[in-house]
Amino acid sequence: MNAMEKTKVIVGLGSCGIAAGAKKVYDKIEALQNAENLDIELKKTSCIGMCYREPLVEIVDENGSYLYGDIDEDSVIDIIEKHVNQHNPVKEYVVQTDLFETEDNEYTKDQVKIALRNCGYIDPESIDEYEAREGYRAIKKIVGQHMSRLDVIQSVLDSGLRGRGGGGFPTGLKWKFANNNKATEKYIICNADEGDPGAFMDRSLLEGDPHAVIEGMIIGAYAIEATGGIIYCRAEYPLAIKRLNIALKQSRERGFLGENILGMQGFDFDIYIKEGAGAFVCGEETALIASVEGHRGMPRKRPPFPAASGLWNKPTNINNVETFANIPWIILNGAEAYAKYGTEKSKGTKVFALAGKIRRSGLVEVPMGMSIRDVIFKLGGGIKDGKKFKAVQMGGPSGGCIPEYLADTIVDYDSVNATGAIMGSGGMVVMDETTCMVDVARFFLEFTQKESCGKCTFCRIGTKRMLEILQKITDGKGEEGDIEKLEVLAYKIKDNSLCGLGQTAPNPVLTTIKYFRDEYEAHIRDKKCPALVCTSLLTYEVDEEKCTGCTVCAKHCPVDAIAGERKKPHHIDQDVCIKCGMCYTKCKFDAIKLS
Amino acid sequence: MRIARIIPKIEDKKNGSVDLTLLDPLLEKFKGKKGNLIPLLQGTQDLYGYIPRQAFEKISGATGIELSEMYGVATFYAQFRLHPAGKHIIKVCHGTACHVQNAKSITESLKEALKIADGETTPDGLFTLESVACLGCCSLAPVMMIGDETYGKLTGNEAVKIVKNIRIRENN
Repeated sequence: MNAMEKTKVIVGLGSCGIAAGAKKVYDKIEALQNAENLDIELKKTSCIGMCYREPLVEIVDENGSYLYGDIDEDSVIDIIEKHVNQHNPVKEYVVQTDLFETEDNEYTKDQVKIALRNCGYIDPESIDEYEAREGYRAIKKIVGQHMSRLDVIQSVLDSGLRGRGGGGFPTGLKWKFANNNKATEKYIICNADEGDPGAFMDRSLLEGDPHAVIEGMIIGAYAIEATGGIIYCRAEYPLAIKRLNIALKQSRERGFLGENILGMQGFDFDIYIKEGAGAFVCGEETALIASVEGHRGMPRKRPPFPAASGLWNKPTNINNVETFANIPWIILNGAEAYAKYGTEKSKGTKVFALAGKIRRSGLVEVPMGMSIRDVIFKLGGGIKDGKKFKAVQMGGPSGGCIPEYLADTIVDYDSVNATGAIMGSGGMVVMDETTCMVDVARFFLEFTQKESCGKCTFCRIGTKRMLEILQKITDGKGEEGDIEKLEVLAYKIKDNSLCGLGQTAPNPVLTTIKYFRDEYEAHIRDKKCPALVCTSLLTYEVDEEKCTGCTVCAKHCPVDAIAGERKKPHHIDQDVCIKCGMCYTKCKFDAIKLS
Repeated sequence: MRIARIIPKIEDKKNGSVDLTLLDPLLEKFKGKKGNLIPLLQGTQDLYGYIPRQAFEKISGATGIELSEMYGVATFYAQFRLHPAGKHIIKVCHGTACHVQNAKSITESLKEALKIADGETTPDGLFTLESVACLGCCSLAPVMMIGDETYGKLTGNEAVKIVKNIRIRENN
């Protein structure tokens, strides 16, 4: 750092950060800066990845970078005073730095950031900052070195990049097909309809580095000769849409979008944003196309594949956000540099969103081939509150639960598929001993059931029947033979559905039956929920030692099953109790026991 | 299935007072554009908070898209409302991460405090309670969103407190 440069104070303003209070912290620093004439450069960035430490503030001074975590409006005053004014970093708040050891250094140590190379480093609303970190250098290289379309496609093929939306289809091959189909009108679409509950990689990428996705699309457009580009983004991501719009405008102003891009005659391409309206099935290619065309998002039969006949019946190529974000890096650094990471059949890196009962939840990017155990325990710091690791859910509603004893499975498309789960778009929801696997299966089926477009009978009615059986089991009314019925239905649905939603909808049920059959049996035979989640199977009792006789539980009991004198231990009449759990939620003294 | 979504039966009280001229700039903007139905419906909902029947009719007249087709699209996507909603829409996240961290108790507490069912609006028109799929703030689970503001790491009691505070502010 140049001695003349000011100390930089950078606040992480992604959606998660803002929800945790980062905007207030930013405003506080701005107020301090104005009031005290602080000689700092106050900057914004987006998701830094350490969501579990939000809000995050990075201070870069002449010694290096210090990342402060768990900051609020009060602690930030203290930190600015001590670090900026007295040049004395406040070590207890530092979560990550290269200057000394911190516990959280583990979180970043083994990560390799390619797709996330700029997230948390740049202001996503500044094209200058993107360009300062090699942004738009890849498209300039293509134009400057007269790389042919086939050269570009070959590079992507050689890199081994596979579709990061979950399908895992080789990206280069997809581009080749689209390139082979000659037409005067062609489209390239970025699928940003991140519908998997428990996944937020695409949101973080779009919020943190929108230009990388745009540059990836421009390169794709060049490779397949696309004339129009569309980003299909969930309407639930307003910040991502706002930042994309800013980035598109800047990109147009600099001539990276528009006519004769970078002076290349005939290279005309522009992108517009299409907001989704809330339908999970629109993540499926043909449903997405139907939605862009203004129809109900219902999938259609393939072939013809979109590469031959897609949007408005023109050849169309669809890739995921993360796939596009990798492209400029691959073109600039070469296919070999990318293929250096990963396993034989899954090259490069993958971004994961860690969530659930994990200590450090957030966004990580790791080389393919790392074990799931390392991701959860080394990076993620293991399970929250000292509980026991039970399973990890990968791939959302299309994926499955991988049990603890298979945690040494490596992150790679084929290895994860072998467990019955799928790599998916990168959501990893960690579950501990207090998660009921039957309830999780019911949860996902409820989701896919609601989201089924209704076109295929097996998906429409089969999932409904499966959901009814699961509901029955969690209500304590399960019967012998229910598990087998679920399995029969599951395979029928898989075999008789047109699109990915239906074909994979039974996966969460099948994997939980495969790995946690004993839990299903406990629900059905013993009428017990071992994880103490399914309320109908629990018994609520008052712990007389802890009960203070405050009468709150009795007041809230909807069936008046609780009786007792004020200031004396209460009692629950088991014959009247409907097991709604209200007393358990309301008790402030932890005096309601579950068994 | 998507069409089976429960649509609460609320009388469209504002029926008589819908100012349809508000739609004109929107219709002008998307005139003659391919695939314009969804943006048109989104724009309409931005104007009125829901899509009134008269707006459907006016758009149909201006674009030539059949009413039945518009209804099909509007009921397919979770975003569209056919009835007026409360001033504040409470979206309780029921994504995977929130589910395993007891999002149910947030919804239950709010249902009890507001005395409405999921999907309903309070009689004073202040709040609509909704369960939604993932909001993408999984690391802060369980989460709810009111307006543009996201609240994380909630408990049932905290959620109720936040809503009560909004009501106090509104009543003053």
